This record gives sequence, structure tokens and C-alpha cells, in this order.
Amino acid sequence: MKKEMMDILACPLCKGELVLNISSDEGEEVISGTLYCAACDEYYPIEEGIPNMLPPEMRD
Amino acid sequence: MAPISYRNAFVSIEKEVYEPAEDSFLLADVAIDRISDGMNVLEIGVGSGFVSAVVAANKNVEPIGCDINSDALECAYKNGIQVFRSNLFEGLRKKAYFDVILFNPPYLPTSEDEKLEGWLNYAFDGGVEGRDTIATFFAEVSAYLKPGGSILLFISSLTGKGEVFDIMEREGFSGYVVAETRAFFEKLMVIECTHNR
Repeated sequence: MKKEMMDILACPLCKGELVLNISSDEGEEVISGTLYCAACDEYYPIEEGIPNMLPPEMRD
Repeated sequence: MAPISYRNAFVSIEKEVYEPAEDSFLLADVAIDRISDGMNVLEIGVGSGFVSAVVAANKNVEPIGCDINSDALECAYKNGIQVFRSNLFEGLRKKAYFDVILFNPPYLPTSEDEKLEGWLNYAFDGGVEGRDTIATFFAEVSAYLKPGGSILLFISSLTGKGEVFDIMEREGFSGYVVAETRAFFEKLMVIECTHNR
């Protein structure tokens, strides 16, 4: 995902803003990391460039 | 599988991902016609990324796609589309950001088991499921669409055109059929809808 996608993504539980933590990136493209919702204390993984915004109980 | 080439786009298709068919081609054609350079475009149920890739190849637009299927997302991402995994709009902020939202709802059975059930169940199950997802879509979409923005929705006559218009109108949208084509057992169409606000 491009870093600018942060402008549109939200926590699927509370629809609140997220904090981006980058593990690896290539320029503007985030390859892996997490999106953190402080209100819900929940992490959403970014793997191989794709953020997983499913609620935790629906994740594979 | 060899990449599909269509209207300047080259799209690779992976296993376990819906292979672009007449519905995808019809929606892609309408999307190119209706989308202008610089628009913010979202595709719900992006699948292989085919429709978004055709838009990106013909307009100065970078569509964003989401899907619930992780195999589809990997495929769309390889095809150069920015994607996120989400059940419809769940992973999006509630802001009126998009000029155009594209949606080809899951009205066709996709698993092998479902295909073996034959044509009788095909029409019934697909229709009911297709409308359920369309109803949820219309109940939520207005929060994400810019004022004056539009939805390009693919449906089949098997989905029930009258019922789909009832859902749209109940949620404050109006629309009309902008493209139509015939397939073996169904009529395929794209509806353009706008909010009455």
C-alpha cells in the first residue's frame, strides 16, 4: 500500500484513525508493517503490500 | 494462464480468483466511458483487478480496490492496483472521498460444489445472495461517496432488476441502466446511480 492510503483507511471496529508502523518499505510503498488503533488496542497487519482490515475474529 | 489483454490493459489471473467474463468487460467499458482523469475511484470486490486495471490503463486515475478474498487481493496487487482487505466498506474512513464507486456483486456461484448443483439452484442462490450484498452496499455507500458522485453497479437479470431498483430507491438513490448486453440465460447490465441529496 502507498503511504497516502492512510488518509482513507480506518479501524473496522470503531472507524477511528490508525497509526502506521512500517517494518519494510520501498519508497512510498509500504511492504510490511501494522496499522494500530489506539482506541480498540488492536493491530491490523500489512503483509506483502496489502493491509488486512478485517476485524480480528474474521482474519484467517 | 496467459495474461488477458483488453483495451490497453494486461491483466494476470491467478488460481482461486474470478476469471474476467462478460460482466467484467461490460463494467470496464462503462467505467472508461464515465470516469475522468484525476477522479478518486474505489472498486468494491476488486477480484483479479481487471476492471480497475482497464481504468488505470486508459485514464489518469489510480483506482483503489478492496475484496474479502486474499487470493484476489494478491492477484490485483500484482496487476498494479492499490488494495486493502475488507468486508465492503468496513476498513474505510467515513468520509465522502470517492467520485466513482464500482461494484460487481457476487451473484454467480464460484466454488466447484456450487457449480455442480446445476442451473436450477444457480439462478435461485445467486440471485438471493447477490441482492443481500447489494442491500448492505446501498445501506452504507453514501458515507463514502462525494456529493454528486456516482456508483456503477453491475447486475444480471438473474439478480432481479426491479428488486435492485427498489433497494436503491429505499436508500435514497436513483439510477438508470447505462449499458446492457445479452448472455445465454440472462441479461447483463450496468446501472449508474446517484444519491438524491
